[in-house]
Amino acid sequence: MCAYSIGMIRYYNILLEKIRRDRGTAIVFLGISILLLDLVFRLIIGKSQSQVVATYLWDGLVIGLAIGLAGVGLSLTYSILKFANFAHGDMITAGGFSGWVAVFAVAGMGKFDMKNLLLVGAARPINVTELGISVSTTPVVILFGLIVAIIGTILLTLFIDRFVFRPMRHHNDGIALLIASIGVSLALRYGLAFVFKTQNRGLTAASLTASYSVPVGTGSVQIDLGEITLVLVAIALMVGVHVFLQYSTLGKAMRAMADNRDLALITGIPTEKVVRATWIIGGALTGAAGFLITLERGTISFQFGWILLLLIFAAVIIGGIGSVYGAIAGGLVIGLTSTVSLVWIPADLANVAVFSVMILVLLYKPEGLFKGVTTA
Amino acid sequence: MKFDIEMLFKNDLRIIVSTFIGISFLFIIVAMILGLDFNGTVNTIQRIMFLSAVYAMVVLALNLQWGYAGIFNIGVAGFMLSGVYTMAIITGDPNGLIPGLGLPIPIGIIGGVLVASLLGLLIAIPTLNLKADYLAIVTIGFAEIIRYTANALTFKTFSIAGVEMGTGAGRGIHLPMNPIRGIYYVDPSNLGLGKTVVGEYIFGFFEIIQVQSSVVVSWTYAIVLIFVVGLFYLVVYRIGNSPFGRVLKAIREDEMVANALGKNTDIYKMKVFAIGCGLMGLAGILWQGSYGYTNPTTFQPILTFYIFIALIIGGSGSNTGSVIGGVVFASLLFEGPNFVRRVIMHVFKFDQAPNSIIEAMVPISSLDFGPFIAYSLANISSLRVVFLGLVLVYIIQNRPDGLLGDRKELAASIDISRRPGAETKGGKGA
Repeated sequence: MCAYSIGMIRYYNILLEKIRRDRGTAIVFLGISILLLDLVFRLIIGKSQSQVVATYLWDGLVIGLAIGLAGVGLSLTYSILKFANFAHGDMITAGGFSGWVAVFAVAGMGKFDMKNLLLVGAARPINVTELGISVSTTPVVILFGLIVAIIGTILLTLFIDRFVFRPMRHHNDGIALLIASIGVSLALRYGLAFVFKTQNRGLTAASLTASYSVPVGTGSVQIDLGEITLVLVAIALMVGVHVFLQYSTLGKAMRAMADNRDLALITGIPTEKVVRATWIIGGALTGAAGFLITLERGTISFQFGWILLLLIFAAVIIGGIGSVYGAIAGGLVIGLTSTVSLVWIPADLANVAVFSVMILVLLYKPEGLFKGVTTA
Repeated sequence: MKFDIEMLFKNDLRIIVSTFIGISFLFIIVAMILGLDFNGTVNTIQRIMFLSAVYAMVVLALNLQWGYAGIFNIGVAGFMLSGVYTMAIITGDPNGLIPGLGLPIPIGIIGGVLVASLLGLLIAIPTLNLKADYLAIVTIGFAEIIRYTANALTFKTFSIAGVEMGTGAGRGIHLPMNPIRGIYYVDPSNLGLGKTVVGEYIFGFFEIIQVQSSVVVSWTYAIVLIFVVGLFYLVVYRIGNSPFGRVLKAIREDEMVANALGKNTDIYKMKVFAIGCGLMGLAGILWQGSYGYTNPTTFQPILTFYIFIALIIGGSGSNTGSVIGGVVFASLLFEGPNFVRRVIMHVFKFDQAPNSIIEAMVPISSLDFGPFIAYSLANISSLRVVFLGLVLVYIIQNRPDGLLGDRKELAASIDISRRPGAETKGGKGA
């Protein structure tokens, strides 16, 4: 009798859960369909212009891939080390700065004061048109910067892990690690401000960057080479990470650890090595993201990564923590929400829309869009 | 119960009072080194006390949520903002640049606290069963939604049911004149109209010892705030030591057990979340209320992290620790570095600080540390936050219980380890 009633209660709970989830999905689909219908209606009656909407879509794609790329690193550490790393945004900033130090030093050598170049113009503003960096005119220097950004961020993450997170590994307490990462975030961000100063500064010469206009409807959409670089490199890196996690031994070990750490340990997986590999891959992606995002924007400031962090968290949560595809999908959802929402709401409320979407996903689909897939 | 409160005041009050006195003494020495006159010294202590009291209040509110119930809320700044802004909108001049409702200040304060609690409840109902790190992200996201909304041009002025009001967007919003001035002046908004009888006497007395009237007014407000800290302490203490509070602690230790014992933990968590957010709103009002003006930039997420650092220093779960943490954070970690800079600049004369770190580092090779120190002092506002971050990492690694967090929770409703006459023996056996 007792077992029977427990069984009944369990069945009832599962049923309730299903209804709750299905209702959530149903509401989401209904909401999106209504918005899409309204968008089509607006285009037909001419309340929204097609080239404006197309620009929103392209910008959303670019922002989304940037956030997705930045999110893959966060997602990896989140699923394998089991904590939300609040220092991730500032690691992105550090990656951006390390790459641009290299680019400025190489591109401006002989023409400008080296000390100032190594600080990306912290002492005196540097005229970026005179410096003449752009993807179109100096692609090799940009590639060099990307590589330095990747290596620099890997070294930084390994350093931070060695002194902050490794001593706390045995605690296995996600919140203690989260709080420690907030400390790292503050120290890193203001350490960068101490070295590079707080002003926002230009990096690339916009006039030198090739730009193409794609005709849409009565107008056209401007696409520049910085954006194209970001999109292509982001897609290549994401495919690379996917292949690595899916087919290499180390990738399989990482997935095993994300799934069940104790089980991974007793089956002989060297967990400490896997953790280091996680930081190396995560750091590489983070550095690349930091460099590519600043390349696309053409400006850098000491807190750009921190400002992006919540959007990145939103992307990772929406996609499902630990899933590479999820991070990309989540990034695209965030990117498109932040731009396409401008059809209906003013620009200064775009972030409100994005964070609202994040909270709604956490409430109705806390396992994310790609549920059940861990690190694949 | 009476016995319990006596014990509390014997020990904890002594700790808090000696911290306040110790900090004041330290800053008196600093003021003497800086060569401030008596008025300047009194004013410096006032500023430190004011900020300490503000942090102590918010930290106590956070302790109720995190220390007692284990709810990891990192949206503190958002709830403070909603309290302050509601108060500003309710009390604002209906014919002003940013119109308000023109209601009296007490209604504004009550409204602000209510709105902060209601927003807390709104976010608590669906999210309290999320994992702690998800809850953290939801609360910080919610706080950012509130801040972006207050910052949005769309709501600079808006109308509800024909009544005009607004947030003032990025420019910020005016707050009513601090009513404390009413004690001393006939008309708080127009000092030229003369002083009240109390004002005449008190200002007259302080003029003899050369303390300016503006310093007297700010000191009065600081004293009021210290008194309010006492009220916050009592409220949080009474909640924590009630049957309600015992359930909260049970939730913090193991929610499933509390549930299994028949407690509806969701209801408890919602209630304590709403109360905590209301107290945060009140603390925000009392803090920003003294400036007569506030803007969204004040309430960035870093404010929440400051409050967390203060709580973790003091020891999460301990009310006395919360107050000490707030005081130590505000005086030593937050204001301290500025005074260190002023003292060093005053005692040693440095050349103009170099304008980049490389120019500051190069002379070190010839053992000349002057330029580097000058550069560090010039950029002390960045270094201060670096230091705060490192302190946070150090504490969480080495002393996760903070200064006063290692006290044992009592399993029995009376403290059997502190039986009268057996005080020295019991020890940790409780």
